[in-house]
Amino acid sequence: MAKFKKKTNTSNDIPTAALPDIIFMLLFFFMVTTVMRETDIMVKQQLPRATQLSKLERKSLVSYIYIGEPKKPELFGSEPKIQVNDVFVNVDDIILFVNQEKDKLSEAERDQITMSMKVDIEAKMGLVSDVQQELREANARKLLYSSIQRIDR
Amino acid sequence: MAKGNRPSTEVNSGSMADIAFLLLIFFLVTTTIANDKGIAMLLPPKPDPNQPPPEVTKNDRNIFKILANSQDRLLVEDEPLEDVTELKEMVKTFVLNFGSPGEEGIGIYNSMPPNVKNYINANGRRADYSDDPTEAVVSFKADRGTSYELFVQVLDEINAAYNEVYGERVGITAQEFLQLDRKDPDQDRMYDRARQGIPRAISIAEPNKASGG
Repeated sequence: MAKFKKKTNTSNDIPTAALPDIIFMLLFFFMVTTVMRETDIMVKQQLPRATQLSKLERKSLVSYIYIGEPKKPELFGSEPKIQVNDVFVNVDDIILFVNQEKDKLSEAERDQITMSMKVDIEAKMGLVSDVQQELREANARKLLYSSIQRIDR
Repeated sequence: MAKGNRPSTEVNSGSMADIAFLLLIFFLVTTTIANDKGIAMLLPPKPDPNQPPPEVTKNDRNIFKILANSQDRLLVEDEPLEDVTELKEMVKTFVLNFGSPGEEGIGIYNSMPPNVKNYINANGRRADYSDDPTEAVVSFKADRGTSYELFVQVLDEINAAYNEVYGERVGITAQEFLQLDRKDPDQDRMYDRARQGIPRAISIAEPNKASGG
């Protein structure tokens, strides 16, 4: 049998020179799509599910308000709280927060500020509507009830 | 100098992949996929303290009343409702009722495609529902104790009804209507044609100050 065995000149190893390039490509993809977590969310966040969702058009115009039960009840109690940026605030502080957020935007864009409400499903409407009253007071009227797409139906 | 003794001039690039992997894993871990989607709403402007609140002059039949209490139960048009998902159809029939349409209402009716006209003639024309879409208002009042989950569900149903009305008017589905890109002139025209004359009149009433049962 040995006499049929041909001597092959092709080398056996796969060229791995392009491997770093492939990995770099993946890396760049993730670098570009990454949004760094700016705030530590300290409240429970189980968002409601809904079907009629619209997308946010411009990220720079959006500020977030988180509402829910604190993740550490031993420190902050178990009543739902409002979190903006990195701190818990009272309802009265919302106007101040909105004005701070508006100051970050240019003059022409201030009216277009959108508040994204990330509210836990177990929170009660009382707190949410208090926040809404303050937002009306602060003239930040565009609102988005952040929710997850429901697939069924 | 002997020819064979020269050190290799190539940089060893074998570990390059490892370094890239390390970075890749770092970015994978820190990435949060942005899920910035939600139900958009516009709050009413703040009340002017110098002016008394406007009187409600609308006919009772033009207002579709939804109430939610602290036990998460619904009262729709003075009757209890168990299943939230029925709301969409109810709101849709309410808006597309054309009970006694005004001049503008007749114009809207004539702008509807045949399948919507059939729908209106089969389900609409009720005396206790709206006169025409320009007059129709959906009012939703939640209690302070209502859960946010129910609130979003109800709001979603109302919006679904309106989006379906808009979509069907131009012959697309509600989802397609939502995805219309208003930067594209063709789609913007379609959007305007769908919305023209039918306001998305959703009124969210302020909950009572005292939280009762």
